[in-house]
Amino acid sequence: MMVKKRSFYEQSRPYIISLIVLLIVIWAFSGIQFSGIKSSAGQILGSIFSGLFHPDWSYVYSGHGEDLVSALIETLAIAFLGTIISSFIAVPFAFWAARTTKKFSVRSSSGKFVLTVIRVFPELVLAIMFIKAVGPGAFAGVLAMGVHSIGMMGKLFSEAIENIDRGPEEAIISAGGNRFDALNWATLPTVMPEFINFTLYRFEIAVRSASILGIVGAGGVGAPLIFALSTRSWSRVGIILIGIVVMVTVIDWLSGTIRKQLLK
Amino acid sequence: MKQSIPKRPMMKEWHVIGFTIFLLLVFAVILSAQATGVGQDFSSEQFFDLWAKMANPDWSYIPDIITPLLQTIQMAIVGTLIGCVAAIPVALVSASNIVRNPYVRGVVRFIMNLVRSIPEMLLAALFVAVVGIGALSGVCALSVFSFGMMFKLLYEAIETVDQGPIEAMRAAGGNRNQVIVFAVIPQVLNQYLSFFLYTLEINVRASAVLGYLGAGGIGLYLNTTLEMFRYDRTAVVILGILVVVVLVDALSNKLREALS
Repeated sequence: MMVKKRSFYEQSRPYIISLIVLLIVIWAFSGIQFSGIKSSAGQILGSIFSGLFHPDWSYVYSGHGEDLVSALIETLAIAFLGTIISSFIAVPFAFWAARTTKKFSVRSSSGKFVLTVIRVFPELVLAIMFIKAVGPGAFAGVLAMGVHSIGMMGKLFSEAIENIDRGPEEAIISAGGNRFDALNWATLPTVMPEFINFTLYRFEIAVRSASILGIVGAGGVGAPLIFALSTRSWSRVGIILIGIVVMVTVIDWLSGTIRKQLLK
Repeated sequence: MKQSIPKRPMMKEWHVIGFTIFLLLVFAVILSAQATGVGQDFSSEQFFDLWAKMANPDWSYIPDIITPLLQTIQMAIVGTLIGCVAAIPVALVSASNIVRNPYVRGVVRFIMNLVRSIPEMLLAALFVAVVGIGALSGVCALSVFSFGMMFKLLYEAIETVDQGPIEAMRAAGGNRNQVIVFAVIPQVLNQYLSFFLYTLEINVRASAVLGYLGAGGIGLYLNTTLEMFRYDRTAVVILGILVVVVLVDALSNKLREALS
């Protein structure tokens, strides 16, 4: 029996791919200068760790609003409001972008394109734009978060709509219901658990992003952190980092528990 | 024969749980609206002025941003590579079908969860303070971030592999390293590459704004053009970021489809 000889291209394909990957990696490393480390790097790293182990406990709660607890509450409020707003706005976008037929459709492609543009627009830039409109503060953060989340939730929602079983809808239509009936009694009840699940997932991410919005002045815990970093008060950096880690962990755990219950 | 419909309990008939959740949500919305000062005056004049300026991009700025855009991609690749390679041993240690000792796994997972909970911009802020301004601090931040992310994806993939080959290797007298090399790695390699590309996508997006804090890449230009009120140039920078992100996403999606 003759084994069919593989063509030269097939034989050399793995080597060509490895070579290309290697070249990309070399190119990537060539652009980074590894020598520019500050001489004080080790010392600063040490002070950050000592700040983590000797945090400034007096900053946790002082009673007049300039403390860690109120900054964290503001962060949570930004994430919560932004997610709630966009979870409602994302629904029509999701129906726009969902591809419900096998064929190419202008409607769903244009919707997907719009959602992609919203999604890749950097959140910090949105925050800066809204700061121009409403002034620095948490409100700008809420607006930025609300707009940015539409892109991601719209995508997740539209995928949920694409994946549902079309049977109930067709049953309602064939029983004489109109399209609104089908939406109300078949589509929405089927996709609702998925929608809530994705909203909670997005909330987890929003809490993380809300804690950096303060870097540009859009409220939340980021601003005191940057301030503490630039004034080199490491014990305060330590307590703020601990606060963020605790907040994110608790929210992740809470939302994970609810999501497990929902999808049972 | 008289039949009656079974009566629903009071809690269900009046939808107590649903209404309570709804009221709690409304209450939370009101409280957060107060905490964030929603409803301040929205000066649409300034906002639309900004958009009007951005609607006329300064195309002559394009040659200036190509090098930083490429540096952004380089940072993302290097950061993803370092983080994802470093995640392999840690993920193996915390997978329940490789390491039997639950305490070792628990401690490793706990530490990694803490690492994962720090957003990458905060990592960048810390590394800029430690390492100094430049692309290196961005690479460090992205490495730590992808380390945490890849760790979680990978150990979950390792835990769900087919147990058959592992048991066969053990029964034939293979030690732990042989089990990993011949039974685990062949099963997760494709998933690992796909996770790698996914992490790379996220890192490209992240590294585009890291420079805002001085951590290298295109973000620095975002900062300077905004501070100089050259919104026509900001628009070019944002468009550049959009193009790079969309291209990298499309490429990575193609490769991931080919992998699966």
